Amino acid sequence: MTAIASPTAPGTFRYQLKSFWSDFSASRGAFYGLIFIAFIMLVALLAPWIAPHDPAMQDRSALLVPPVWHAEGSWSYLLGTDAVGRDVLSRLMYGARYSLSISAMVVVISMAFGIFLGLLAGYFRGWVETVITRVMDVVLAFPSLLLALGLVAILSPGLTSAMIAIAMVQLPYFVRLTRAAVIGEKSREYVTASRLAGAGHLRLMFNTLLPNCMAPLIVQATLSFSTAILDIAALGFLGMGVQPPTPEWGAMLANAREFMGSAYWAVTFPGLVILLTVLMINLMGDGLRDALDPKMKRS
Amino acid sequence: MFRFLLVKLAQLVPTFIGVTIVAFAFIRLLPGDPILLMAGERGLSAERYAQLQSQFGFDRPLIVQYWDFLTGLLHGDLGNSLVTHSPVMNEFMSRFPATMELSIFALAFAVIIGLPAGVIAAIRRGKTLDHTIVGISLTGYSMPIFWWGLLLIMLFSSTLGWTPVSGRISFMYFIDDVTGFMTIDSLIAGDWGAFLSALHHLVLPAIVLGTIPLAVIARQTRSSMLEVLGEDYVRTARAKGLSSFRVIMVHTLRNALISVITVIGLQVGLLLAGAILTETIFSWPGIGKWMIDAISRRDYPSVQGGLVLIAFIVMIVNLLVDLAYGVINPRIRH
Repeated sequence: MTAIASPTAPGTFRYQLKSFWSDFSASRGAFYGLIFIAFIMLVALLAPWIAPHDPAMQDRSALLVPPVWHAEGSWSYLLGTDAVGRDVLSRLMYGARYSLSISAMVVVISMAFGIFLGLLAGYFRGWVETVITRVMDVVLAFPSLLLALGLVAILSPGLTSAMIAIAMVQLPYFVRLTRAAVIGEKSREYVTASRLAGAGHLRLMFNTLLPNCMAPLIVQATLSFSTAILDIAALGFLGMGVQPPTPEWGAMLANAREFMGSAYWAVTFPGLVILLTVLMINLMGDGLRDALDPKMKRS
Repeated sequence: MFRFLLVKLAQLVPTFIGVTIVAFAFIRLLPGDPILLMAGERGLSAERYAQLQSQFGFDRPLIVQYWDFLTGLLHGDLGNSLVTHSPVMNEFMSRFPATMELSIFALAFAVIIGLPAGVIAAIRRGKTLDHTIVGISLTGYSMPIFWWGLLLIMLFSSTLGWTPVSGRISFMYFIDDVTGFMTIDSLIAGDWGAFLSALHHLVLPAIVLGTIPLAVIARQTRSSMLEVLGEDYVRTARAKGLSSFRVIMVHTLRNALISVITVIGLQVGLLLAGAILTETIFSWPGIGKWMIDAISRRDYPSVQGGLVLIAFIVMIVNLLVDLAYGVINPRIRH
């Protein structure tokens, strides 16, 4: 027989993928989390086609209409309307676009900068490391939401500022994780071998070290994603994030707050969607950690 | 131990300087002229502009400005609020006890429920009770607390009428300010009605603020209990024939607590961040609400002062946590 490795032999990418999937899907929570997030993403993508109404359209004849299961409810507004007659369901669907895309951007920004700074700190050590870790310590000394609020106050409230502020707050976690992972990997033999083979700093950092440091970073990315959704909503709720009339989940809650005595649905549903989304991402994160972290792996 | 303390203190110095630089830079990073920005849409007369400029020292070199800021800070001078014109330090200190009282009750709630829940989940690992506790704590951990607060208000205040919607104490009571803690001050005054009213006002905000710390503490307790339960000395203790209660309380919990205490300490930053939202929802007159008001009123000296003071509090608490960790776990001192 020829010595061609079968596609599912240990070491091949397909084997790793398969092993990862079996570990990941072993946790039912992680699996349902993934399905839910895929569903929310689909809704966000298809919002313009599947939302029953324009999220900004105000129906003056249908103010604070209750959800369909109430006697006064209407099939036209499944989850009811808000104080100016906008459809809650459609706003939630469009809101998913904002919450998910802003949070994804937050993760991408903080991960990119965090990995870069963490690689520098862990690879070069010395004063580079001291400066980077000290700066990150300063960022961590401020409660995250407060720092984000301060940054938003400087940058003026809005979508972009909220995004930058929250990415900044998330940065230290990526820097610390990358640095720790790089320090752990740097003295391994494959790195020495690569260096002896003549690899330069950049090649060692990005091609040799980084791929072997990714596991904890991926887990952190899911955690950051859920934290970002919460923080974006918190900023929106405080009036410092995405500005009305944009149908962002947190801002929807803030608008509905004064009517919570008479219109529970306008308050309940946006919060419920935030909770479910965050919860499902966290479930998925737990599953990822179990699947990616060799220490946690069931052997 | 003393050496350990000195090392920790020395590590804090650069962070301290960094925090002051961030706070100092804050006003100067505002886009456009900070004085015009603070004046808002009303505009300013030329004299007032010059007066403010010299008041803030914007007409001097940056390094001199920073030095003045730093020395002022070390003397407890953080400038004056643009809105009330009283010193930022006084404004902060008059509101800080309210936040502290709320945070202490929230943390107590989180520990009293979270710790036993974590222990029970670990003992009943894999059973329904464990899954329930893990599920609830993951939900709590994912909770948007501003929504949670609104839900609780809708249920307990609006529908059932059990708890008040906002404030620290009923208008019926007037209590002398001794410690700033309504519960303690009302006891000092010997007014039971006021004490109960203060407690009554604390319940919902403390639950809301304590929810995420509770979830974190329960999760951490469970996982470190599970870790310790697998240790050889626990097996030895069991093999010696000790009762399971004794094995769990003395041999396991005490060792598991080391990491739990660290996690509890780390909740302080989270509590202060959560206080911003909780105080806004319940109109709780603490520093969180004060910061939000300062930001929306463009009261930049107050925001700057608040940033610095809150960061100091977080740093000091983290230092204390480190020290406590050194005391209970002598291994890390070396």
